[in-house]
Amino acid sequence: MDHLENAPNDPIIVCEDVHKWFDDFHVLKGITTSFQKGEKAVICGPSGSGKSTFIRTLNRLEEHQRGTIIVDGVELSDDLRNINLIRQEVGMVFQQFNLFPHLTNLQNITLGPIRVRKMTKSEAEEIALSLLERVDIVDQAYKYPSEISGGQQQRVAIARALAMEPKIMLFDEPTSALDPEMITEVLDVMRELARSGMTMLVVTHEMGFAREVADRILFFDEGAIVEDAAPANFFDNPQHERTKLFISQTLQH
Amino acid sequence: MSIPFWRDVRVLRVLLQVLFLIGIFLLAGVLYTNMLTGLSNLGLTLNLDFLGNEAGFDISEGIEYEPSETYLKAFWVGVVNTLKVSLIGIVCATILGLVVGIARLSSNWLIRTIAAIYVECFRNIPLLLQILFWYTAVILQLPRVRESISLFEGVFINQRGVYLPSPEPTAGLNVWGGFLLAGLVLAVILYILRAKQLQRLERPGFRAKWALPAFLIVAVLGWFLTPEIPFTLDFPVLRGFNFVGGLSLSPEFSALLIGLSVYTGAFIAEIVRSGIQAVAKGQREAARAVGLSESQTLQLVVLPQAIPIIVPPLTSQYLNLAKNSSLAIAIGFPDVFSIGNTMMLQTGQSIPVFAMIMVSYLIMSLTTSAAMNWYNRWITRNR
Repeated sequence: MDHLENAPNDPIIVCEDVHKWFDDFHVLKGITTSFQKGEKAVICGPSGSGKSTFIRTLNRLEEHQRGTIIVDGVELSDDLRNINLIRQEVGMVFQQFNLFPHLTNLQNITLGPIRVRKMTKSEAEEIALSLLERVDIVDQAYKYPSEISGGQQQRVAIARALAMEPKIMLFDEPTSALDPEMITEVLDVMRELARSGMTMLVVTHEMGFAREVADRILFFDEGAIVEDAAPANFFDNPQHERTKLFISQTLQH
Repeated sequence: MSIPFWRDVRVLRVLLQVLFLIGIFLLAGVLYTNMLTGLSNLGLTLNLDFLGNEAGFDISEGIEYEPSETYLKAFWVGVVNTLKVSLIGIVCATILGLVVGIARLSSNWLIRTIAAIYVECFRNIPLLLQILFWYTAVILQLPRVRESISLFEGVFINQRGVYLPSPEPTAGLNVWGGFLLAGLVLAVILYILRAKQLQRLERPGFRAKWALPAFLIVAVLGWFLTPEIPFTLDFPVLRGFNFVGGLSLSPEFSALLIGLSVYTGAFIAEIVRSGIQAVAKGQREAARAVGLSESQTLQLVVLPQAIPIIVPPLTSQYLNLAKNSSLAIAIGFPDVFSIGNTMMLQTGQSIPVFAMIMVSYLIMSLTTSAAMNWYNRWITRNR
């Protein structure tokens, strides 16, 4: 990882030979990598390559069956206490937003801080409102998710994850379910978040965003990391045939 | 340019509805005159005067009734019996269905499989068969009265039914009632204080945390401080050929109740399971991702979304249970249909009695629907 030569070697996520099967299907075939504090990594690859499954193992929405994953010094195992600890440190944004439809946007954000962080309601609401301000939809606070647009819902979802004050943010194809004109508003929020120094792992097909924001791009194919490089090297000098093909196909349009 | 009326969709729409209504009225009119002719041929007229006559037949169980009382009273006994078995059946079936429905989603293989076998067995066998099975193959095969199974002191099970001790109030009840009232007042005060405290702390929490134990302590203390014990238990005692005293459930009631509860419980289990599964998987994942525990996820995210999905089909099951209770006639439980049937045979007034039975079920069902609809609106009021 030559591009991080000068960065302090302070990994916040360490993966060692991570394997995962869905029944007979070998989804992850020995992923070994690590991510530094404050690093912005973009993960891309064709569908079915295991990229989503990989970031979902990092907060144990999927269990890995072999190898070790250590997040912020805590190993992810079957220990319930560790899992709950990690989930509080790792925020996640989903492709389908997954906002809670029976709660207002504000309540969506305050649920975790009140129930898990044991904040008082007014503390949590204060934080929630300032986060809504940050993602620029404070006027939608008292509406329900079904009453706002997809782009706005995804921004509420980002605010919900941030409200837990996570050390790491995982994005699982955050713009794939959005209309084209709404993609920008979500990516803008993510750019702002990147500038603030958050550790971010983003599964996305937005190559412009990757080139601009990422410190590092990982290319997944058939459950393995094929290419792992800084954006400049990744786009201009890819090492593998599979990567070259992918880049030529995604940059065509 | 005007459209001729036989091609004008707006005219046709109204015209078709009018024709349909005329058709229905014609049909109803034909049926009604036909019925009146039939009745007059038999020398009968449509009136309800016979309801005041002496019924003259015995009813095996239910509220107090003598054969010398009127048909109307006999009919009312049947209504109360139907209500009793339906209401208790609905409660039992709901509890059974909830437990089994959640068990079907258990990660434990054994629990999941047992629940699945229960559902598949009882859902796929006709209810009439099940009720007859419980009656003839289980309850009537129980030991005779003299060889009753005694589970606890005062609980007897035999082929004549289930006998339980019943609480009988004594003079001490008035004193203890005073304690209960005082406890209730204290509990309300504590509940309000706790609610205010939670509001001040801005924490979600259990509002009855102080009120509940306070009430229980006062109730228990009062029980011991009351000079005379407020209730005595009236134990069933074997006298002659049967048990007297206490509370008894007849074999017919027990078989019908078990049959209805177990059968409907299987359907409710499926409704609960599908309701929980209908909540998108992403909801559960999002809740887990913000750090909520498994039980918080179920309570705060999954159930609030599952219950509105569960309630409408659950209502249909409640209605089915109440209506299926008319199978009581097969084992001789005196429900409204069974008693109505006897009335028809004795008086020949089949049409008024049929109408009365139908109206009884209709009132019951519409009341149940209305209550459930109100409940559904109440739980979804914030959406």
